[in-house]
Amino acid sequence: MMEAISEVLSNGMFGIALSVGAYEVGVLLNRKWKSPLLNPLLIGTVLVIVVLLVFRIPPESYSVGGDIITMFLTPATAVLAYSIYQQIAALKKYWLPILAGCLAGALTSVFSVFGLCKLFGLSEQLTASLLPKSVTTAIALDVSESLGGIPALTVVAVVITGTFGAVFAPLMVKLFRVKNPVAAGVAIGTCSHAAGTSRAIELGELQGAMSGISVGVAGLITVLITLFF
Amino acid sequence: MKILVQLTILFTICLVGQLIAGLLPIPVPGSVISMVILLLLLLFRLLKPVHIQETAEFLLKNMAFFFVPAGVQILEKYTFLQGHVLVFALICIVTTLLTFLVTALTVTGVIKLQEKFQNRGVSHDGSHQ
Repeated sequence: MMEAISEVLSNGMFGIALSVGAYEVGVLLNRKWKSPLLNPLLIGTVLVIVVLLVFRIPPESYSVGGDIITMFLTPATAVLAYSIYQQIAALKKYWLPILAGCLAGALTSVFSVFGLCKLFGLSEQLTASLLPKSVTTAIALDVSESLGGIPALTVVAVVITGTFGAVFAPLMVKLFRVKNPVAAGVAIGTCSHAAGTSRAIELGELQGAMSGISVGVAGLITVLITLFF
Repeated sequence: MKILVQLTILFTICLVGQLIAGLLPIPVPGSVISMVILLLLLLFRLLKPVHIQETAEFLLKNMAFFFVPAGVQILEKYTFLQGHVLVFALICIVTTLLTFLVTALTVTGVIKLQEKFQNRGVSHDGSHQ
C-alpha cells in the first residue's frame, strides 16, 4: 500500500495537479476578497508547502512535476517581448524617459539592496538572492542563480516586493506627488514588476502600458548591472 | 494543434537562446536572450504576433503560476533565512520605496528637459520627435 502511494506521488502528474489546485484556491480567494494581499502565488506556494508537510510527502516527489512547471519559466519570460511589441507605439514616443527611468531605478534598486545587506551583515548568499528582487521573477531567478544566490529566497523577495508594490502603488503615487502618468507607470513597473503592473493598469491605460514596458526594460538593465557583481 | 505549434515556436526560440547563453563568455540568462530574439523576430516581421498570440497571452496572463514550484523550494532552504526574516522583509520594502522615488523623479525630470528643449528648439529643430 505505502509503496503504491509513494509511486503515485513520484509521478509528475502529482506535482502539477497539486500546484494547479493550490494556485486555483489562491485565485478564488483573491477573486472573493479582491485584496492584493491575497496573492495567488503566495497562497498557492504556502498551500503546497502545508500539504507536503502535513502528509510528509518528500519534496523530491513533488519536484518531479514541479520541474516540468519550472521549465515553462523560460518561454514565459521570452513572451515579455510579445507584450513589449504590443506597446511599441508608446515605447517609440517615450523611449528616452523610459530608458533613463529604468536605468536610474535599476541602479538604485541593486545598490540600495547591496548597501542595506552589507549594513545588516547578511551573508553573500542572502545578498545575491536579494539583489534582483525588483525585477520580474523569471529574470530574477536567473540573476540570483548566476550570482550564487538561493532561487527560493529570491522568489520570496520578489513576491514581497511585488505584493508591496501592488498594494501601495496608488499611495506611493500620491505620497511622492507623481503627477505625470508616464512617470508613475515607469516607476511602478521598475520597482515592483508584473505584480505592480497589474495595479498600474487600474490607474490608467498609459500607466499600465508604461509599467509593462518597464518590467522588461528594467529586467534587461538589471541583468547588465549584475554582470559587474 | 495550433497551441502545440505555437509552443514549439517558443520552445525553439528558447532553446536557441539557451544555446547562445551557454556559448557567451558572460552569464546572461538564456531566458533574457530568448526575449531579445523574440523581440527582434517580431520587429523585423520574421514572426507575426498571430503565430504565437494564444500561447503568449496564456503565459503572460498566468505567469505567476509557473513560480509556485520555485517558491516551494523555500521548504528546503528555510534555514538560510532563520534569524533574518524581518531584515529580509525590511530590505525588500525600503528599497522598493527608494526605487519608486528615484525612477519617478528621473522620468519626470527627463520629460521636463525634453519639453524645455522642444520649446526652445521649435524654430530650428524640425527633426526632433
